[in-house]
Amino acid sequence: MEYLGKLFMILLSTLLVNNFVLSRFLGICPFLGVSKKVSTALGMGAAVTFVMALASLITYIIQYAILQALGLEYLQTIAFILVIAALVQFVEMVIQKTSPTLYQALGVYLPLITTNCAVLGVAIINIQEGYDLLQTLINGTGAALGFTLALVLMAGIRERLELSDIPEPLKGFPITLITAGLMSVAFLGFQGLIK
Amino acid sequence: MIKEILMPILSLGGMSIVFGAGLAFASQKFAVDSDPREEEVREVLPGVNCGACGYPGCDGFAAAVVTGDAPVAGCPVGGARVAQQIGDIMGLEVGDINRRIAKVLCAGDCEKAPQKYHYQGIEDCVAASLIADGPKECSYGCLGLGTCVNACPFDAIYINDKGIAVVDEDKCTSCEKCVAACPKNLIEMVPVSSQVQVLCKSEDKGKDVKNSCKVGCIGCRICEKVCKFDAIVVDNNVARIDYDKCVNCMVCAENCPTKSIYADFDNRKIAFIEEDKCTGCTACKRACKFNAIEGNVKEVHIVIEDKCTGCQECIKKCRFDAIIMK
Repeated sequence: MEYLGKLFMILLSTLLVNNFVLSRFLGICPFLGVSKKVSTALGMGAAVTFVMALASLITYIIQYAILQALGLEYLQTIAFILVIAALVQFVEMVIQKTSPTLYQALGVYLPLITTNCAVLGVAIINIQEGYDLLQTLINGTGAALGFTLALVLMAGIRERLELSDIPEPLKGFPITLITAGLMSVAFLGFQGLIK
Repeated sequence: MIKEILMPILSLGGMSIVFGAGLAFASQKFAVDSDPREEEVREVLPGVNCGACGYPGCDGFAAAVVTGDAPVAGCPVGGARVAQQIGDIMGLEVGDINRRIAKVLCAGDCEKAPQKYHYQGIEDCVAASLIADGPKECSYGCLGLGTCVNACPFDAIYINDKGIAVVDEDKCTSCEKCVAACPKNLIEMVPVSSQVQVLCKSEDKGKDVKNSCKVGCIGCRICEKVCKFDAIVVDNNVARIDYDKCVNCMVCAENCPTKSIYADFDNRKIAFIEEDKCTGCTACKRACKFNAIEGNVKEVHIVIEDKCTGCQECIKKCRFDAIIMK
């Protein structure tokens, strides 16, 4: 029971308190780039969730089965990037074959995940926190869901911003960055939710 | 020592090989058959990904052409040549494409249009136009600071020695980036066959135009009156040519008091009737709006060179192909 409680804590913490985009400031690029429409934001979120969960799992195995067994912890970064890049390529191929519609919807965002620092970030945080396999999986999924949450919230706001009267110099990215900052401040409110 | 060097190489290398082999296997297992024509179309496209076709890059356009969503002649950059090639690949006929090029509609260079202040800011028309509509006395004129030059991906625009942007017709690919970049909205797309353009967009009243530029359109409507084809209209104190109606007779340019209408007089051609083909049917004589053709029924007609404007109306009416432009 205590273990289950801890899993829930991890999920809540990575989803809200340590939200990847708004508290850890990882994955800002897709956060600004793919948050123009709620539908694409959801698609990107789904792709990232899939890749993050899988990447967490595989990097965990690699870390403990290969790197730590051979005493090569210093190769962590490069090995993880290798895993993520290969994984994204693989996911892209599978999606293209199995669901062309989803492939079309995700479009260019899929390959973009390769270089997404949030994916590498979650893999490294998993190791740093010393999570076990299940916790790693929960943390990876939770982080991705948090990423999706931030993305969809932002997209919703930006869809409304499109229609509102914004001073000329603030149009486009300036107002988006200000919005992102305010959202981040709002998410700071979750700090202290978990002791 | 050797172990410390070998281990990372072997482990990372091994991982790479495993992933590589896995991906190679997956790429065959999950291979998706695509239309081979898509690749062929992609090959003949310019590949600059300018987006002027309305699709995301050349790949997007190629895919849309193959599925039939995009027209074969949809690439404005490639023009007729590329359209022809795509037509060959798709097995479709390509109609005549009237290529359009960008034209800077201002002739008020530093000799003809005075400045109201000396601008020393950054070299950018948008920046300059924020300060009292730019340094030129005329608030509609070309500032010549090269915002369009920077926007052009094809090096087709330059600022001439008198401070006016000029488009190189041969290099222009009608991508319309300069049209969007110009803060004065001075650049318009005109058919490449058009030989007459109004090089002024000033909507000021005639008196104000005269004070600010020697070659500005004063909205006097003389061109509107002399045009026999209703192809030029003065609206908001500035003349505009309807390129669909204009036949390049250049009469408006001849009569413009401020010479704000540009016409390519050097390349002006006039009609010539070939004696052996002319049957004296008088169709051309009746068609000519300038009384430039003389002759009686069943006699060979002749063109009066001084009166002919090269409008080609007679050619359209001649049933015997007896008229050529020289």
